[in-house]
Amino acid sequence: MGLSQSFLAEKFNITARDLERYLGEALSRGGQYADLYFEYLSTSLISMDDSIVKSASQGVSVGVGVRVIDGERTGYAYSDDLSPEAVLKAARVAACIAAGPAQVVKTPLEEAARRNLYPVLTAPTETGFDVRVDLVKRADLAARGYDPRIFQVQAYYADSLRHVLVATSEGSVSHDRQPMTRLNVAALAREKGGPPQHGRAGGGGRVGLEFFDRKTPEHFAREAARQAIVQLGAGEAPAGETTVVLGPGWPGILLHEAVGHGLEADFNRKGTSAFSGRVGEQVASPLCTVVDDGTIRNRRGSLNVDDEGTPTQRNVLIENGVLRGYLQDRLSSRIMQGARTGNGRREGYQHIPMPRMTNTFMLAGESDPEEIIRSVSKGLYCANFGGGQVDITNGNFVFSASESYLIEDGKLTRPVRNASLIGNGPEALRYVSMVGRDLQLDEGIGMCGKDGQSVPVGVGIPTIRIDRMTVGGTR
Amino acid sequence: MSGDELAALAVRTVEQAVQGGATGAEVTISEGDEFTTTVRMQQVETLKEAGSRAAGIRILIGRRTGSAYTSDLTGEGIRRMVASAIELAGITTDDPFAGLPEPAELGRIEGDLGLYCADVERLAPAEKIEMAQRAEQAALGLDARISNSEGASFDTYTGRRVFANSLGFVGEYRASYCSLSVSPVAREGGSMERDYWFSAARGLSGLEPPETVGRKAAERALRRLGAVKVDTQRVPVIFEPRTARSLLENLFEAVHGESVYRQASFLAGRLGQKVASEAFTVVDDATLPGLFGTSPFDDEGVPGRRTVVVENGVLKSYLLNTYTARKLGMKTTGSASRGLAGNAGIGHGNFFLEKGSRTPEQIVASVANGFYVTELIGFGVNIVTGDYSRGAAGMWIRDGKPAFPVSEVTIAGNLNEMLEGIEQVGSDLEFRGATAAPTLLIREMTVGGK
Repeated sequence: MGLSQSFLAEKFNITARDLERYLGEALSRGGQYADLYFEYLSTSLISMDDSIVKSASQGVSVGVGVRVIDGERTGYAYSDDLSPEAVLKAARVAACIAAGPAQVVKTPLEEAARRNLYPVLTAPTETGFDVRVDLVKRADLAARGYDPRIFQVQAYYADSLRHVLVATSEGSVSHDRQPMTRLNVAALAREKGGPPQHGRAGGGGRVGLEFFDRKTPEHFAREAARQAIVQLGAGEAPAGETTVVLGPGWPGILLHEAVGHGLEADFNRKGTSAFSGRVGEQVASPLCTVVDDGTIRNRRGSLNVDDEGTPTQRNVLIENGVLRGYLQDRLSSRIMQGARTGNGRREGYQHIPMPRMTNTFMLAGESDPEEIIRSVSKGLYCANFGGGQVDITNGNFVFSASESYLIEDGKLTRPVRNASLIGNGPEALRYVSMVGRDLQLDEGIGMCGKDGQSVPVGVGIPTIRIDRMTVGGTR
Repeated sequence: MSGDELAALAVRTVEQAVQGGATGAEVTISEGDEFTTTVRMQQVETLKEAGSRAAGIRILIGRRTGSAYTSDLTGEGIRRMVASAIELAGITTDDPFAGLPEPAELGRIEGDLGLYCADVERLAPAEKIEMAQRAEQAALGLDARISNSEGASFDTYTGRRVFANSLGFVGEYRASYCSLSVSPVAREGGSMERDYWFSAARGLSGLEPPETVGRKAAERALRRLGAVKVDTQRVPVIFEPRTARSLLENLFEAVHGESVYRQASFLAGRLGQKVASEAFTVVDDATLPGLFGTSPFDDEGVPGRRTVVVENGVLKSYLLNTYTARKLGMKTTGSASRGLAGNAGIGHGNFFLEKGSRTPEQIVASVANGFYVTELIGFGVNIVTGDYSRGAAGMWIRDGKPAFPVSEVTIAGNLNEMLEGIEQVGSDLEFRGATAAPTLLIREMTVGGK
C-alpha cells in the first residue's frame, strides 16, 4: 500500500501494521467502527498595523484522534504524542465507550483512490517569508493611498499546511495535504472631525502564492477602503419587513444560515431541526436550487476527502425549491441508513467529526441583475455581510449587512448603516421572486462555527430578490 | 509534568532564546486534561477524554518581535520553536512601543485564589454521566411538551499555565473547571423551540443540583412555545442577565486597548466623560477568589487587580496590556492575554456590572409595554460606531407582566444611546462566567418585526 507517500507516515515511521494494531486496540471492547485521524499542522501569521510589520508567528502542532462508534455512542481520545504507546493508550480510552466482544479490523488496509483538487506545488507555508511580508506591506500602502480620509489600516496574512492521515476499521486509509492561505485588510475612514467608519475585505483559498497575482493585495485593500468610505455617508437603516435584494457572492451566507445548518444530518436524525422530516417538501421558491459542493478546485471550503476519509462530492440540498437531502457524516449516515456525502469535518485532531458544510451556493437563474434592482420600488440592496447565526430548532436566522443601500423607484439611492436581517429558514426562501444569472462565489475568507469547532467554508449566490424579510434598522 | 518541571522548562527556554540572540523573551506553557460526556434521551452519546500540552514563545531583538509555538516539548521541539521565533524577528519592523513590562510592574497575587478544586479530578466517569442523566431527566420529566432533547453534557477541565520572561519572572498556577448543561426541545403544534441552562464552577460543590439545571432549561424552552413576531415599534427593552451579559462583552470590546489606540471604538478619547447613565458602574476584577476571570498574574507576568472601568456612568479606565498602555501614554491594567504565540492581546478578569437595588420582578412590573429579551443571535454590533442590530427572542411585557413569547425580531439602536438609556439595574447579579450582569432596562430601542 502507498503509506510511503504519506508525509505523516514517513515523518513518524507509521506503518500499516501500526495502524492495524491501533484500530484493533480501539475495537478491543466492541463497537462497530473505529478510526484514526493523524494531523500535522503548520501555520504562519503576519500582521501589519500602523504601517509596520508588528507581529509574525509560526508553529507546528501534531496529534492523533482515535474514535470508536458503538451504535449511537462515540468514544474519543487524542494524543499529541505519536509514539505507539501513546496512540495505544488513546485507543484504549476511546474503546471504553463500547461494551461487547472485540471486533475485527478489516485488513489489509487499502489506500483509497486519490485525486487533487488543490494541486499546489509549493504551499505558501513552505516558502520564504519575504513574499508574504510584501503582501501585507502592499495592502497597507494601497488602502492608505485609496483616499486621504483613510487613517488606519491593518493587514493580516495567514496560511497553513495540514497533512492528514485517516485510517478506518473498514479497511481504508487516505491521506491528504491541505494548503490554505488568506489575506485580510481592515481600514478605518473619517471625515475631518467626524466619527470613524470601518471597512473589511479579504480573500484566499487552497492556493499557492500565485493566487495574489490575480487577486492582488491592492484589490482587497481598495475594497476595504472603499467600504469604509461608503459608510461615511450612511444613514439610518429601515426597520421592519421590506423587499430585499442580495448582491452576488458573499451574501450567499444567507444560504449557509437559512438552510445549510438546518440540513446537517446530526440535527435531523435527532429531530431537532426545523427541517427535520421534510425531504420532498417545497421549502423554497421553484427558482431556488441550492448545492453544497466540496469538490470545487482550490476553494476554501473544498477537500479531497473529508476528515473521516470520505471523498467530498456535490450534494443538491434544494432542487427547484424542493428539499432533497441532508449533509451526512459517518455516524449520522449509519444511523439514518443514508449514503455518506463527504461532509464529516472537524477542526483538528482534538475534535470529534460532525456534519458540516463545504462550499454552499445557489445556482444561477435567468434574470438580469440590473433588472432585479429596477423591479423594486422600495427596498434594501445588500452588497456585503459580516457574520450570521441560526437557531436550528425554530429555524430563525440572522445575518448582518455591512454594506447596503436603499432602493427607491428601482435605483440604489443612499447607503445605510449596518443592520441585521432576520428570517425563518423553511420560510424565507419561499419569497425569492427573481434569481440573477450572475452567480459568484465569495473571495475565500469564510469561517463557520458549530459546537465550538471552526472550519473554513465557502458561500455563493447570484443577485436575488426576496419579497419579504425583516430588516433590523432603527427607522 | 509537575508544575515545577514545567516552570523549569519555561525558564530554560527563555535562557535558550537569550543565548540565541534575543534581548527579551516571554514563554508560555499550558497543559490540560479535558473530559466531556454527552447524554441524549438518557443514553450516553459521547465520551471524550484526553490531555495535551504546548508551548509558545515571543522574543524581542531590540524593538523587533517574533513568535512561535509547538506541541512538541522535547528538547528538539523547543530548539526549533526558539529558532523559528528568532527567524521571524528578522521580518518584523522596529516598533518603538514593543517591549516587556517594567520590572517593577511584574508580580503575582499571593495566597490561594481558589482556582483549583481537586474534586473535579476525583469524580469517576460514571458519576459524571449520572449527573448529566439526572439533569436531562429533570428537563424531560417536567412537561409532556418536552419531548426531545439536544442532550445534556458534563464537562471537566483541569490545567496548568506557566509563564516566564527574561526579566526573571516565573509563575505557574493550576485551575479547574466543571460544568453541567442541558438543551431540551419543547414542541406544541407546529412550534418547536430549544433553550438551554447551565451551571459552571471551579469545583463540584459550586454546581447547581442537576435537577435545578434541567428544570430551568425546560422552563426556558417551554416559555418560548408559540412565539410570534410583533409589529415594528420603539419600546423599553429589558435584558435578562444572560443577554445583559452580552452588552458587557460589547463594552469590553469598546474599552479594549487595541480598539482604543486605533480609534476603532466609539469610546476612544472619552476617558473622564459621561458615557452611560448614572446607574451604570462596571468593574474588572481579577482578584475575586474562585471565579472564572480570576488569575494571580496576567499573560505578561503583571499581577491581577481591580479596575473601575465605568463609575456612575463616567468612563474611568480602559483595559490595557503593556503595549497598548505605552501607545496611549498610560499604565498597564494587568489585562494582557495571549494564546501561545503572537504578541499579547487583551483580556478581562471578572468584568461585571455592579448590581442595583431593584428586583427583576420590580423592573418588569415598571414596564407598561415593552420587550424582555432572553435570547440574542447574530453579530450585528459595530464597535467603531456603536451601531447595534441583533436578532432577538423573548417575552412581550404588557402592564408589568409577561404577556406572550416573541421571536424572529431584531432590536436596534446605538450603544452610546443604549448605555445612556439604562434606567434600571437589577439586584440579581450572578457570576456564571467571566462576564456578569444583572437584569437591566433600557429606556427605548427599535424592535424590528412585521
